[in-house]
Amino acid sequence: MTKTPLQFRHNGRDVAVFVDGGVNLLVALRELIGDMTPKFGCGQGGCGACSVLIDGELHLSCLTLAETVNGRSIETLDGLKDGPNLHPLQRAFMEQFAAQCGYCTPGMLMAAKALLDRNPSPTRAEVIEAISGNICRCTGYEPIINAVLAAATSGRARA
Amino acid sequence: MPVTVKTFASFGEAASALSSDRGARYLGGGTLVMRALNEGDISISTVVRVTDGALSRIDVASSRITLGAGVTFAKILAERDLAFLHAPARSIGGPAVRNMGTVGGNLFAPSPYGDFTVALLALDATVSVQGGLGARDMAIEEFLQSRERQSGALVLAVSCARPASADAFRYRKIARIKPKGGSVITIAAHLPVSGGRISGARIALASMAATQIRARAAERALEGRALDDAAISAAAAAATEGVSPADNALGSAWYRREIVGVHLRRLLSGLE
Ligand SMILES: Cc1cc2nc3c(=O)[nH]c(=O)nc-3n(C[C@H](O)[C@H](O)[C@H](O)COP(=O)(O)OP(=O)(O)OC[C@H]3O[C@@H](n4cnc5c(N)ncnc54)[C@H](O)[C@@H]3O)c2cc1C
Ligand code: FES
Ligand code: FES
Repeated sequence: MTKTPLQFRHNGRDVAVFVDGGVNLLVALRELIGDMTPKFGCGQGGCGACSVLIDGELHLSCLTLAETVNGRSIETLDGLKDGPNLHPLQRAFMEQFAAQCGYCTPGMLMAAKALLDRNPSPTRAEVIEAISGNICRCTGYEPIINAVLAAATSGRARA
Repeated sequence: MPVTVKTFASFGEAASALSSDRGARYLGGGTLVMRALNEGDISISTVVRVTDGALSRIDVASSRITLGAGVTFAKILAERDLAFLHAPARSIGGPAVRNMGTVGGNLFAPSPYGDFTVALLALDATVSVQGGLGARDMAIEEFLQSRERQSGALVLAVSCARPASADAFRYRKIARIKPKGGSVITIAAHLPVSGGRISGARIALASMAATQIRARAAERALEGRALDDAAISAAAAAATEGVSPADNALGSAWYRREIVGVHLRRLLSGLE
């Protein structure tokens, strides 16, 4: 089986890999690029642990055919912090105890980032809607919702 | 097992590739195709893609709207002129699924999915299909009834007339998990009114048979009448005629039969 060359931007850096036919973006990111921040939860679209941004839009990397991202820009949790400085969402998740095992956290953070990039002052209902494709099995959703709202407030305070 | 991915610049080439290979599957947004691949579905040996932007075009210029098969639900939600389709688009999955899933893929999505298609069925949509032998337009009902045989064809677009008023088109999805979740029942109703009476009633249901179906007895109960209590009661009572729902994890066939009339009544009465 021939491999197909694939080039895309990964957290602002150009990367090139060879992929097998039918490979999904999650596998390409984890196994070929070594970015372990998107998690494998279900491989069915049901949990959101693998969520990444493709050209700024929230997508499920487990359901994205790797070849379809040729020439596009991918953002994962790995690119969220700015050097040593955590992103306001990451800080808020820590301060508000919005993670326990942390398995859902990368997907939650990317879903929250997609929301705040588009809407810096979301309502509680908008936050719930934004993370509705992401399942958390242990923290419970209240601290996560509160953290996203807190990050929005701190983002506005800094602006 | 690796599959062969074939990417075409034109939909004509993609249609030929699909119709000449039983193991070929078209990739729309991939939300169902990739799931099948991840689960090791060996019936798929080739994935066919099209990069032609024509498939993701939206035309809202006239009283008839056309949606390319590759239009996503997020794109519909971003289009103010498509407000009448926002409720069905919003009822699908979470935000990522709405960014990825397409109108064309929804036509093939098995129960408990296919919510957008229910809206299109109530709107008497036309489906433009490109087969190995050329393009043709089909009524959506005919398309759905022969869906199993359409697997080698490429859907190019769907089109429908814009409802005459916001009130003339109604949609309701009953799900257990909100704001997202699979359909227990989905109902769409198009009720054009002429001289105070309903003329050309269409009621479509999902999760009440193997594919989305029209509730013809309920439509007949409304036809030519004003949308008053008596007509609504008659339609609600007729809602189970001709249905054959299945048992699944979201609801039993018995439960679906019990509640379809209740929800149709609420939809027609304008109740939340
Ligand atoms: C977590 C999750 C939640 C979901 N929730 C909902 C929901 O609430 N409601 C709902 O209706 N659906 C739901 N879905 C199902 C699915 O996302 C949608 O039905 C979507 O519209 C499918 O479109 P797609 O482009 O992703 O399909 P794909 O996976 O690309 O394709 C699905 C099928 O359609 C065929 N196909 C696609 N486009 C064409 C075309 N142009 N011509 C010919 N054949 C084509 C493919 O070959 C394949 O057989 C959900 C899916 C997931 C993973
Ligand atoms: S791993 Fe992608 S949604 Fe669960
Ligand atoms: S913190 Fe464990 S799944 Fe969310």
